[in-house]
Amino acid sequence: MTLQTTIDRLPPTRSAPPGALASALKQVARLGESWPAMIGGGLVLFWVAMAVLAPVLAPHPPNANNMAALAYPFPSAKHWLGTDHLGRDILSRLMWGARTVLLVAPVAVLGAAVIGSFLGLMAGYYRGWVDGVISRVGDIILSFPVIILYMIILAKFGSSALNIIVVIAVTKAPIIARIVRGITLELRERDYVMAAKMRGESSLYIMFFEILPNARGPLIVDFCLRLGYTTIIIGVLGFLGIGLPPPDPDWGGMVKDTYGMMLVWPHMSLIPCAAVSSLVIGFNLLAIGLREISLRD
Amino acid sequence: MLRFFGKHALFMVITLIAVSFIVFMMNEFSPGDVARKELGAYATQEQVDLLTERLGLNRPVVVRYFEYIGKLLQGDLGYSQRFKVPVSDIIFNRLGNTAFLAAISFALIVPLSMLLGIVAGMREGSLVDRSITIFATMAASVPEFAMGVFLASIFVVWLKVLPGTATLLPDAAGWSIGAQLVLPVAVIVLYDMGYVVSMIRASMVEVMQRPYIRTAVLKGMSFRRVILRHALRNAMINPVTVIMLQINYLIAGVVVVETVFAYPGFGRMMLEAALFKDIALIEAGALVAVFVCVATQILGDLGYMALDPRIRA
Repeated sequence: MTLQTTIDRLPPTRSAPPGALASALKQVARLGESWPAMIGGGLVLFWVAMAVLAPVLAPHPPNANNMAALAYPFPSAKHWLGTDHLGRDILSRLMWGARTVLLVAPVAVLGAAVIGSFLGLMAGYYRGWVDGVISRVGDIILSFPVIILYMIILAKFGSSALNIIVVIAVTKAPIIARIVRGITLELRERDYVMAAKMRGESSLYIMFFEILPNARGPLIVDFCLRLGYTTIIIGVLGFLGIGLPPPDPDWGGMVKDTYGMMLVWPHMSLIPCAAVSSLVIGFNLLAIGLREISLRD
Repeated sequence: MLRFFGKHALFMVITLIAVSFIVFMMNEFSPGDVARKELGAYATQEQVDLLTERLGLNRPVVVRYFEYIGKLLQGDLGYSQRFKVPVSDIIFNRLGNTAFLAAISFALIVPLSMLLGIVAGMREGSLVDRSITIFATMAASVPEFAMGVFLASIFVVWLKVLPGTATLLPDAAGWSIGAQLVLPVAVIVLYDMGYVVSMIRASMVEVMQRPYIRTAVLKGMSFRRVILRHALRNAMINPVTVIMLQINYLIAGVVVVETVFAYPGFGRMMLEAALFKDIALIEAGALVAVFVCVATQILGDLGYMALDPRIRA
């Protein structure tokens, strides 16, 4: 399915403010039409609930050491998922860890989407040298192996949630810019864009209120996919030891601390691995479902 | 053809210059860093200042940058403070190890994902297609470190048939290098395959809807022949670019896999360099990594042209 046909199949509406909430709800209800979307949405919702309710639900404080538990760190009545090598309750750390992932990933992707959409609109709408500069700089950023860029930047400036967000936003923006640019190139020739020009609307108005709303379908799907990748990246950074600083729980970091002890205590690294995988699977299934639904009408 | 190479060579040079400049500025803008690193945390400020002056680090950063480029052009990559050897002694050795791992993985990824992608895309919506799509999504969703942990827990902890590390040295437990490579290669192949399979499948599905396929089917050509003669080549055009871009991902994924299995490769070296703030090694490694990525992109474009005569200008 090409991008063009996807765009054609999207309703050419201008997002009308009255009833926007109702139509949004209708969209969410339509997720039930696709089983990947249901399962994916369920998984994501599960972790969102865990993250939001962590202060209420978590049975133990996430950083509390219970050295006595090390005698038997495996899952038990007191520690449902067992404890880690420092006697900290794994279930509680998973819940609190979900908070970091589910805060950092969406903010980072949103940042990338905002920067990328803006640059893509500019490049596709003005074309010429604006397009040239934006596309070339994007190419340079994209030609860099991302993980090595993270290592250099985070090793230099230290690791914090903010740095991770900035790095992800900057390195992912060119990909989104590329998508938006392609869509803009097609949409700028449409009649409604021409009509807006005739009305004497400003270029900015046309870009943000005529073109962007009609590009939202592919962007929403991409947003979900990108959330999945970003969750992986955050996990990887934690695993490599350049993620969020300890002792606060971070899924990747939990694996890094314990995978060396896998021969003795495999559950300590297996459980956080399962957690991060299930969240990424959730995002990816949601993206597949959304794409199926958008292609259906 | 000449124009093609000219354009791409120019892009590569610009990219390399931009990257070297940015990385150099980031690491060496403040002159104290290198000398401080060399002398350690307990050196006095005078000692640091003295070494800074002796190394010529107190001169303007732009002058030092051009000097650095001059040395690079003569093949002098600097001295690694982490490994205490010239950078060129370690970087190419490690790069070779990574290339070895990547080449084995790549040799498996390409045929396997072509097979699965084409079989899935051939009949969209069939049970086979559904199963392959689910497998590909799952494989691409599990981060490499998690995949490493899962596979290791099965084959190392539970079944005890494979080693959990791949140091490339004959180890005490007597695992051969072949056995050491199985898990790292499996992790890279599974993770990257998920992505490539989806790409090839999508491309195949699109080709199968084209009028020329319908014509070929309607004129009574066997399904096998339609696939082999008409669909395959057209379906491979987009994925070739993707597969070459995959080398970029391969490098990224390899960093993680090398860390999981303690493999002495380029990625783990870069991680150590970054954590240790080994500036010369970081700078050289960044350039090498970018060079490899841009070169593979050019190869991807070449493959694209070879497959699609329409864009041969």
